[in-house]
Amino acid sequence: MSRTHTKQSSAQALQPESYKPLSRNEIAYLVAHDFPDGAVVNLGIGMPTLVADFLPADREILLQSENGILGMGGAASGADIDLDIINASRTPVVLLPGASITEHTIAFAMMRGGHLDYSVLGGFQVAENGDLANWLTAGPDAIAAIGGAMDLAVGAREVIVMMEHVTKDQTPKLLPACTYPLTAAGVVNTIYTDLAIIDVTPSGFVLRAILEGLTVETLAKKTGATLAISDKLTVIRRNAQGEPVYKAV
Amino acid sequence: MIDKIKHSLEDAIAPLQDGASIMVSGFGEAGIPFELLRAVLDKGLRDLTIISNNAGTHEVGIAGLIKAKRVRKIVCSHPRPINSETFLAAYRAGEVELECMPQGTLAERLRAAGSGLGPFFTPTGYGTLVAEGKEQRVIDGKGYILEQPLHGDFALVRAHLGDRWGNLTYRWAARNFGPVMCMAAKHSIVQVNRVVALGDLPPEQVMTPGIFVQAVVAVGGER
Repeated sequence: MSRTHTKQSSAQALQPESYKPLSRNEIAYLVAHDFPDGAVVNLGIGMPTLVADFLPADREILLQSENGILGMGGAASGADIDLDIINASRTPVVLLPGASITEHTIAFAMMRGGHLDYSVLGGFQVAENGDLANWLTAGPDAIAAIGGAMDLAVGAREVIVMMEHVTKDQTPKLLPACTYPLTAAGVVNTIYTDLAIIDVTPSGFVLRAILEGLTVETLAKKTGATLAISDKLTVIRRNAQGEPVYKAV
Repeated sequence: MIDKIKHSLEDAIAPLQDGASIMVSGFGEAGIPFELLRAVLDKGLRDLTIISNNAGTHEVGIAGLIKAKRVRKIVCSHPRPINSETFLAAYRAGEVELECMPQGTLAERLRAAGSGLGPFFTPTGYGTLVAEGKEQRVIDGKGYILEQPLHGDFALVRAHLGDRWGNLTYRWAARNFGPVMCMAAKHSIVQVNRVVALGDLPPEQVMTPGIFVQAVVAVGGER
């Protein structure tokens, strides 16, 4: 925890908390641009669905949907809308040339059988050992809804979680242990939040990238478990087009 | 002569009885056999167990049966995607039971039932509430839970084209649970957009072979 804000300008030093959290679209942009060419990816319902809108045009990234589609395009509009072609969030989508459609056991064999490179899921909580909670809160009125989340969390080669860094009442969502019921144990590889990108390693959370203007101390306070810092730490800043990009520290 | 074509929805669902367990195809609203479900409602059947991915939307289909208090229990993976208010209200009022499981486990339990398999080990749900009360085993360092085949009395399925032997095709992603539910149920009843003549479906394009189907009824429409 010794390497901190060494490159801050004097203006930032006077106002160290001057930062604008990433929007949901900006988080989706970062996730989309970190996939390598040829990656096969499942986007879970909720925030992960936004990733489809930001996939870089110069890479072929194959989207799989749990309802049997491989090679899914973006949202359908106008005459392209067919209510028999929908994504996991029940939104009408288009199919790319080369797409295929199958029935449910084959669709889930893709997910459970280790055939997906990445699964991107939303999250309520992630623990430092990689446990994920994203299906049931602890409230008395909570109603179970699992869907494909447990299959995706266990079956994909890498599990990425997208979520806000803290809850609406500022409670950390990155914790020593989840307090909500688990979706799967020890499965999360990387967490993209509105403040940072954090890898889950055998020794716990490791900060890979931090939002420009945010200090590591402040981020650590918003993180419920110990946060180590990668020796390859980068800063997330917005370029002239307003797109989030990485900058070496 | 084999002729599985029924000439009305009432004829097609004639074998259904109160207390039946009924698999219902569909994901979201794609592949839901709305016309068959409406016929089940009109027939006045009650005390039903519905096995489906979701728990119905708006006040039609499965939700229509729930609203009319005909459903004793819902077995599904996700009972509250958008527009699921009918189920949520009935569940909170204690009018319907819920058994929720991972979607891949639902599909695989149906496949096991339709394929003559017994219970199977899966890592999905290991270390979670889903594992409670089930046999668990660590094999080569990986944890598994034992899941049972999921049988049902009937399947109500929406397909696209069907012939009198029960061969089926499906439109786009409306296929989803249709094929595996036809395999898993004792008696599968399929509504199709159009009945075609025997031989019209290219054999290599048949998605559900007729052996898994007991009744086919045309409802018209291309969707």
